[in-house]
Amino acid sequence: MQYFAVPFVVFGDDSLQYLSSVMGKRAYIVTDKNIVKLGLVDLVVEELKKAGIAYKIFDEVEPEPSTQTVTKSAKIAQGFQPDLVIGVGGGSCMDAAKATLVCYAQPDLAPDAISPSSFFNLRSKARLICIPTTSGTGSEATFAIVLTDVENKRKLSLGSYETVPDVAILDPLMVMSMPPHITGDTGMDVLCHALEGCTTTWRNRFTDGPGFMAIKLVFEFLKKAYDNGKDVESRKEMMYAATIAGTCFGNSMACLGHSTGHALGALFHTPHGRAVGLYLPYTMEYLINGSDEMDVARYAEIARFCKIAEGNDKKCAKALIDAVRKLAKDVGQPLSVKDLGIKREDYMKAVPELVERAVNEVMTITVNRIPEAPDLEKIFVYAYDGKPVDF
Amino acid sequence: MALFGTLEWANKFMEAVNSSKAYEEAAKTWEGDFYYILEPGGSLKEPIYYYFDLWHGKCRKVDLVPAAEMGKYKPEFILAAQIPTWRKVAEKKLDPIQAIVTRQLKLQGNMSKVMRAVKAAQELVTCVTQVKTEYPE
Repeated sequence: MQYFAVPFVVFGDDSLQYLSSVMGKRAYIVTDKNIVKLGLVDLVVEELKKAGIAYKIFDEVEPEPSTQTVTKSAKIAQGFQPDLVIGVGGGSCMDAAKATLVCYAQPDLAPDAISPSSFFNLRSKARLICIPTTSGTGSEATFAIVLTDVENKRKLSLGSYETVPDVAILDPLMVMSMPPHITGDTGMDVLCHALEGCTTTWRNRFTDGPGFMAIKLVFEFLKKAYDNGKDVESRKEMMYAATIAGTCFGNSMACLGHSTGHALGALFHTPHGRAVGLYLPYTMEYLINGSDEMDVARYAEIARFCKIAEGNDKKCAKALIDAVRKLAKDVGQPLSVKDLGIKREDYMKAVPELVERAVNEVMTITVNRIPEAPDLEKIFVYAYDGKPVDF
Repeated sequence: MALFGTLEWANKFMEAVNSSKAYEEAAKTWEGDFYYILEPGGSLKEPIYYYFDLWHGKCRKVDLVPAAEMGKYKPEFILAAQIPTWRKVAEKKLDPIQAIVTRQLKLQGNMSKVMRAVKAAQELVTCVTQVKTEYPE
């Protein structure tokens, strides 16, 4: 038994207008101060007003939101009693909105207890709408919630199929103001979601289609969006790619690029997309160097689909990895840990902890070639100087 | 060969766990006990409660608890499924984390604690595969 859970998606120009016809009486908007300052929440509110929907804004979501923020937000929601919870922003805001809905519906529940095994009966309280303002996390299309346990300095990976948003609204207007470095970082996150979602051991017929399409869109439009942020078509296609990739990895998981990238992010505070994108080609090399031909064939299939290469599987798989590195370079991404400006001695000292963290990530065991600690250590070390993985 | 659902099986599993260096290393900081519940289905009419106390890379205790006495322990975690699902996990045909996410294995307890002990969970499954097991129909 497997699941394929996706939201109802409203996309294209003027998509925010969907809100003016949405069923509901009271909307609780979960966002951050920067999104408010950019005027993006005003665009949402304008549509809610047309529908006669009362609203309240919670704008205290911080990057990598804490469980305390969610608890505070849920408490305010309980006072307001919304029948719509709307997350507006990047992954942090959308994740906080998901967790707010759970804790609003289940006031006695601690945010860290949000688990796929439990039933929360969320729709008896409110429906969830997510409106992304970046093109990266795909949170608008997944059940995943990442919160921070500040006390224990840990990231919590939470979620339940009930936290898949009911509606995702993809209005290109919301992503036009992203600066180039965020476009690059988040774009690599999309590529990583799609490429990894298509190659995990959890992948299935339903996730392959969106994964392949998202990869194709990233190769076609990310550089264009990075070079010219005013290029509406590229912005739009990257926005779609992010959500489509979300429907892929949200149902099939990510893998080694994420488990290694998460470890780096936790210790060196490297932005998520930049970190996972950095390790992506190294971990792809590790997978194709394994005895299992399955990954080689899969990467080759993707390379041919994206018209990156023709010929035998090994040649196509390698061409795909080269294409990932070229795209990363084209959008201002580091190709090695050294490029991030991290000092060699600091990084090498941290390698044992990086390995320890990566070993205990679910996304380390969703591959055909599961690395043990010594191989993970080598991957981390090779990535410092940008040495291709040859083992 | 031990029949799944008997105390003999639990003891063999404990032996496998306590002789695994890989589990010992992966679970060196783990503290948490479990009920593994075999839910009724097929020929099994009453649930079976296995109790496992896992502590710092070792299994300190196993028990087979009659349904009427399930209050005997208050474990931190409960994992429940019918025997065919347990079998798929034991034979590595179903990833245990995927089974939890899709509610095929029903988990009660702090999911995020389990998700931080992936390597230990993986080694625990390897220990299960080392027990020659006969499954009831």
